[in-house]
Amino acid sequence: MTIDLIRQDESVLLEVRRLRMHFPIRKGFLRRQVGVVRAVDDVNFFVRKGETLGLVGESGCGKTTTGRCILRAYTPTAGEILYRRSDGAIVDLARLSEAEMKPYWREIRMIFQDPYSSLNPRMTLRDIVGDPLKLNTTMSPKEIEERVAYLLRRVGLRPEYMHRYPHAFSGGERQRIGIARSLALNPRLVVADEAVSALDVSVRAQILNLLQDLQEEFGLTYLFVAHDLNVVEYLCDRVAVMYVGKLVELARTEALYAQPRHPYTEALMSAVPKPNPKLRGRGKRIILEGEVADPANPPKGCYFHPRCRYARERCSLEEPVLRDLGEDHFVACHFAEELTLRGATGR
Amino acid sequence: MTANDLLLEVKGLKTHFFLDQGVVKAVDGVDFHIRRRETLCVVGESGCGKSITARSIMQLIDPPGRIVAGEILLHRLASGNGGGQVEEIIDLAKLAPNSKQIRAIRGKEISMIFQEPMTSLSPVHTIGHQISQAIVLHNRVTKEQARQQTLEVLRLVGIPKPELRIDAYPFQLSGGMRQRAMIAMALSCHPSLLIADEPTTALDVTTQAQILDLMLGLQGELGMAIMFITHDLGVVAEIADRVVVMYLGLVVESGDVETIFSEPRHPYTRALLRSIPQAGSGVRQRLDSIRGMVPDPYNRPPGCPFHTRCTERIAGLCNKVLPGRVSVGEGHEVRCVLYGGQEGAA
Repeated sequence: MTIDLIRQDESVLLEVRRLRMHFPIRKGFLRRQVGVVRAVDDVNFFVRKGETLGLVGESGCGKTTTGRCILRAYTPTAGEILYRRSDGAIVDLARLSEAEMKPYWREIRMIFQDPYSSLNPRMTLRDIVGDPLKLNTTMSPKEIEERVAYLLRRVGLRPEYMHRYPHAFSGGERQRIGIARSLALNPRLVVADEAVSALDVSVRAQILNLLQDLQEEFGLTYLFVAHDLNVVEYLCDRVAVMYVGKLVELARTEALYAQPRHPYTEALMSAVPKPNPKLRGRGKRIILEGEVADPANPPKGCYFHPRCRYARERCSLEEPVLRDLGEDHFVACHFAEELTLRGATGR
Repeated sequence: MTANDLLLEVKGLKTHFFLDQGVVKAVDGVDFHIRRRETLCVVGESGCGKSITARSIMQLIDPPGRIVAGEILLHRLASGNGGGQVEEIIDLAKLAPNSKQIRAIRGKEISMIFQEPMTSLSPVHTIGHQISQAIVLHNRVTKEQARQQTLEVLRLVGIPKPELRIDAYPFQLSGGMRQRAMIAMALSCHPSLLIADEPTTALDVTTQAQILDLMLGLQGELGMAIMFITHDLGVVAEIADRVVVMYLGLVVESGDVETIFSEPRHPYTRALLRSIPQAGSGVRQRLDSIRGMVPDPYNRPPGCPFHTRCTERIAGLCNKVLPGRVSVGEGHEVRCVLYGGQEGAA
């Protein structure tokens, strides 16, 4: 991956470099550290202004942890999170103290997965959506109320509902409340962690459309963390695929879905059920053998090699690095050029 | 279809919950049937009554819920006097939830697997213990024979090293392995109907592919029927023979899988199919969403339950009459006034 892309390319808003988040495993009376869980391990990627980057992978692959590191909900073990401020200056979020971080928490906001547990049941909508305004701005209560009413209208809820509590709303409406809250401070980057996973299909389509409208209107940049490859293809400009804490592939959505270059991406795509019974059995599903590697005790070499059907000797010895194949396509596989892998299109 | 082909018929099933706040009509007049050896998928959004329908078949409805009307006819094959097979028909809806008859059927003739394997397996017993219990309960075997059969069934569902895993506790297994253990338990007595209530929803896609593959393979091997409850239309397209679409406690459309996907008739089915992002359709094409949301279960709309969100509703008709079932093709039934059925449901 190009070094310091953010300093060369004006359009890059965020660049994550060699990000590492290791959680200690402690045991015994003295809580001695006996090992680490490599939740995120040397991850590199960048996000351009106004685009949607999808971060996909299976549970435990570190996609949520990556999102949380960017928000500095966790302090990363190592690595840089370079962020371009609105005045053009570049800061490393990974190195900031909590006090220094404060202004950036206004600009980087999060939408959570579970619309039930992420809203305080004892607060009214006015308090939930207005809280970031109260904490971060000098707006008067009247102004806050006006802003909340505007935001609620923007996400498709009636401002009259402002004095109700979250329990009065359905899952889809609650997700709209969460989105309104994340938009309260005019953020520049929104990390959406599985924002539509808990919703029913008909409501999910509404929220996806809303996210797109808001992106256009406010010029938002999304980091969209998800596991549903159909949704990611629909919403994202570029997609990053993670496996056991590593980024294995990063490419433009069309390119990735048409021709993945990493065997894991290929397997992941073939596993997605296709909503068309006529295609059943065409292009047999690749069933991965065994289980996802343990991030506390990953295999040597490429983490995917025990389950990879193209694995050779080199894969078990040498760890592949994420390298540039040109045309915005990055992959971490020794044999990416030799393999012809099946994509998801034409299915 | 010969009469012998039928395995289960559900007719006018109504399961209501009598709560302090009012009556929730979770299932309100559901009709469908399952043939032997076929896969029937029941689709619908949360709260449409698909799980309650399954639990009604198993007589697993907890109070304040109750089956208030309808029949659930199980066609059971029993060996007759002359050595041939005789079919007997049992109405499961008439059996008391803890009666001897239903307990003999539950887990033996019909068994069920659930969405969350961690909460539906006992955390304090080994999986071997839990599976062999089902075997001992329904068959005359010794403990040692039961253990042998347990090992066999664990091998059948593809658990590696079953001799070691048989004494494992559920928390020692991964999500996919736990779901395999659940399937092993459900299959231990060779049921003729397996009810799977969102068995892969909590799993990752690659694990889901493994489990679906396993279930279809076992179906071919053991010749059972599967009633598969899901909200994922992708999964439906992969595995179903026939599909039942539910909305607010009613079956709105049923037919074979090709027909449902290529010629959906009910406005709800059509809207549902349009609202899923289709791979390969190009990025950033706007999704058709269904406006509004599923109505509150306490006050169901009168007439057709979908009319509040339907784009093709006919004022003065849809909000008054509950449409009856109309046949629009071979084995294809719709509940919508657009295709007749104005006279209302019986």
